[in-house]
Amino acid sequence: MSLGDTGTYLGPAAFAALADALLGTDASVDRTSLYLRAEDSDFLRFNHAALRQATHVQQAYLTLTVERGKRRAESTLALSGEPGADAERLRQERALLIGQLDLIADDPFLPASPPAARSQRDDRGSLPAAEEVIALVHGRAGLQLKQDLVGFYAAGPVAHAFADSLGSHHWHRVETFNFEWCLYHRGDKAVKTTYAGTHWDAAEFAARLDEAAARVPLLERSARKLEPGRYRAVFSPAAMGELLGTLGWSGFGLKSRRTGTSSLMRLERGEAALAEGFHLDENFAQGTAPAFTAQGDLRPPRIALIDAGRLPAGGGTLNSPRSAAEYKVAANGVDSHEAPEALRLQAGALAEADLLRALDTGLYVSNLWYLNYSDRAACRITGMTRFACFWVEGGELVAPLEVMRFDDDAFRLFGPGLLGLSDTPVFTPHSDTYGARQLGSVTTPAALVEGFALTL
Amino acid sequence: MLDQLESRARLAAARLPSSALHWAVRAVHEESEQLSVRDDVAEAPSRALDDGAMVTVIDGGQGYAATSDLSEAGLAAAFAHAHALARAGAGRTVVDHAQVERSSARGRYASQVERTVTTSSLPERLGWLREVCAAAGGDGRIVDRHATLWNVRSQQLHISSDGGHTEQEWEFTTPSVTATAHAGGVTQIRSSGGQYNGFCQQGGIEVLERAGFRQHEGPRVAREVLELVGAAACPSERMDVILMPDQMTLQIHESIGHPLELDRILGDERNFAGTSFVTLEMFGHYQYGSALLNVSHDPGHAHEFASFGFDDEGTPAERAMLIEAGRLMRPLGGTLSQGRARALGFELGAVATTRSAGWNRAPIDRMSNLNVEPGDQTLAQMIEATELGIVMHTNCSWSIDDSRNKFQFGCEYAQMVRGGRLAEVVRNPNYRGISATFWRSLVGVGRADTVVVGGTPFCGKGEPSQVIRVGHASPPCRFANVDVFGGAA
Repeated sequence: MSLGDTGTYLGPAAFAALADALLGTDASVDRTSLYLRAEDSDFLRFNHAALRQATHVQQAYLTLTVERGKRRAESTLALSGEPGADAERLRQERALLIGQLDLIADDPFLPASPPAARSQRDDRGSLPAAEEVIALVHGRAGLQLKQDLVGFYAAGPVAHAFADSLGSHHWHRVETFNFEWCLYHRGDKAVKTTYAGTHWDAAEFAARLDEAAARVPLLERSARKLEPGRYRAVFSPAAMGELLGTLGWSGFGLKSRRTGTSSLMRLERGEAALAEGFHLDENFAQGTAPAFTAQGDLRPPRIALIDAGRLPAGGGTLNSPRSAAEYKVAANGVDSHEAPEALRLQAGALAEADLLRALDTGLYVSNLWYLNYSDRAACRITGMTRFACFWVEGGELVAPLEVMRFDDDAFRLFGPGLLGLSDTPVFTPHSDTYGARQLGSVTTPAALVEGFALTL
Repeated sequence: MLDQLESRARLAAARLPSSALHWAVRAVHEESEQLSVRDDVAEAPSRALDDGAMVTVIDGGQGYAATSDLSEAGLAAAFAHAHALARAGAGRTVVDHAQVERSSARGRYASQVERTVTTSSLPERLGWLREVCAAAGGDGRIVDRHATLWNVRSQQLHISSDGGHTEQEWEFTTPSVTATAHAGGVTQIRSSGGQYNGFCQQGGIEVLERAGFRQHEGPRVAREVLELVGAAACPSERMDVILMPDQMTLQIHESIGHPLELDRILGDERNFAGTSFVTLEMFGHYQYGSALLNVSHDPGHAHEFASFGFDDEGTPAERAMLIEAGRLMRPLGGTLSQGRARALGFELGAVATTRSAGWNRAPIDRMSNLNVEPGDQTLAQMIEATELGIVMHTNCSWSIDDSRNKFQFGCEYAQMVRGGRLAEVVRNPNYRGISATFWRSLVGVGRADTVVVGGTPFCGKGEPSQVIRVGHASPPCRFANVDVFGGAA
């Protein structure tokens, strides 16, 4: 079986047909819009280098929105794939939504419609057949390398599209794969690896598998149990991605800033600052995320969030159109949840190869897990170490660590505690698959910090 | 909606090659509505209509394919995909699927619904939210108010080549109100059932009444958020902790529910959701908690969020005790996981709770209704028995290690207990512990009239990821000598 355009809505023609059917002139509304999310995915789960579950998913959801004056109603429908039948269901739903407009009150913060615009991106990748991946994992990781591989492969085309009755039309299609796997030595000790991209190379996958297998013996050493306290530490880009992602959870949204619930309120009030070398932005220019939002707003290439440890002149917020209308500022092309989707932390000056030498003695934190705020107002974050974290002495990996809980102030950690960032940022596409495959990413270098607080 | 599907599915399945040992189809039709009023302004109403089916084929291995094309041709294409995946897995799977027991049960289940939400009009529902949102205000220190109502009506049909045929119908209702207050440099949030959950139960308009949503929840969150902005920070020291039912929900969920998932114990989740400190050898004798701890899997509990008649493989659901008098008895695992454990030499007597987030995800072992059984104490008796302690309400922060052992949880609202009496309100209460020992410090369990039926719509697990509804009914419980601490602000 190979992956192809088995899903009707993965090609632009079917969506264009829906747009033609639904977006004609209608005096009863000011605007009708369609937002499509479709995918045709292979999901392969492995445990003990054997297949646990293999699933093919063909899905297409369309959000239909109608607006009149200051009123809006919307509905999201699963599409069957037969454009004529889908158009008829959407017409019926549209009539229902127009009826709802008579039943609701004006929303004073309903934003103005974005100006008509058009965009198109259609990137074709090179993806393997599911059978090839199943055979490769079982054969190489299991039979040949005899590794306890547990992992997840997700691949296939994803299409997002937007059109409205005012003339906007956007099409975005990418083909990606994302394979994350762990090679377990024992218990909770594992080497985690990711191979993600748009053009699959079986030789590259095999090489990454071999490299990961070569690192597993490091986990054979007796694990070191640390006492709670403060430690010098290196965070890998994967660990940094978790920390930055947590900052993105309420940190940058305009609404959370204006209601005082953002974790970055101390930064907003000028009570705290991060290190001068900390430059963070939302960078849509790279990656596989669409250049438009579900409401049809175009995303800017870049939104500065933190410059030199402080908020930039623009405020460093992600402003959805509705929040922007409420708080009377300019919107900047983000969706209603106002969470970052393409965070990028600027690289520093520490040579990647010198990181452990610069650490000298302390923790190498490969992965963090289950982060949350223990005190959001103070930007205090808790979480766990995971997988292949090591105790380091004299710049050498000495022993794997028993998992430890941390609880630390992010302003301290990335303020006076930040000793440096590596010179090699790593681009990591999001692997989230809640409801649908996500197209976001995070790009970050590794970091060297002082005083990382372990608590349990 | 699903009444015509069976005949199309059987015609489509007939195209499978004769080597196919088994097939099944699980079709879902779901309608939902989300309404929101924030600061007295109604946001755009949002509807959703979801239709699709997951087919399963066993032929050498096992394959799944999901499609929203429910025509005979669409289902046939899904069968072809699933069959190809089944063949690709032949000889390469974690279990010999031909040897796994499968249910051929037939039957129906429906939520107990007194008045479906659709018997009300949209203006009525928005009016309720305006009332509650307004009731959560009235003070200049309250800077944000938000009332929401989420209603889902779901139908599911499961048929199989073994003759299985189950039909289930649910209605889920989740009202919520949240208020944010700011004063003196302190910002606090208080909600009626958790900022990410709400009060969630099966049923219609009567769920709002059981929650007291329109009666008292707006004024309560307003009063309590104002108490919080004026409160001192939670002290940091060891003390007894009384967890109210809406925090017990989280405590049960993270440190009993997830560790007892059999697929997690078998290692399936080690790349994502994690493993478990519980091992196959522990069942039948491991002392999970004190003798006061009794935990049930109860899919028939009236109104609870994850009640059902059959799991998503068509296996009949039955009540069973997972922990009795503190002793670990059985895990949460469906027939496939039970077969895998059996192949390893463990006859665990697990429970049917293999479930999926929707038509586009394959089922895995999940929590369903996981409840702490009531004890014999009133809340007043538990407070009186506490020399120094704290009563915590409503989760707002949660973190636990990938073995589900070292946890740290935070709550929205807490009140100190001093000398057996309730004392001052404190803000930013947190506590931490280790699952393997925490439940052994259970020293008090509320009696039946203190039980609250709660849960969450947002339990995440699985690859691909699945968010699923779970129920947790619990009385308040008292734990001795817990590490409690406050925030930094």
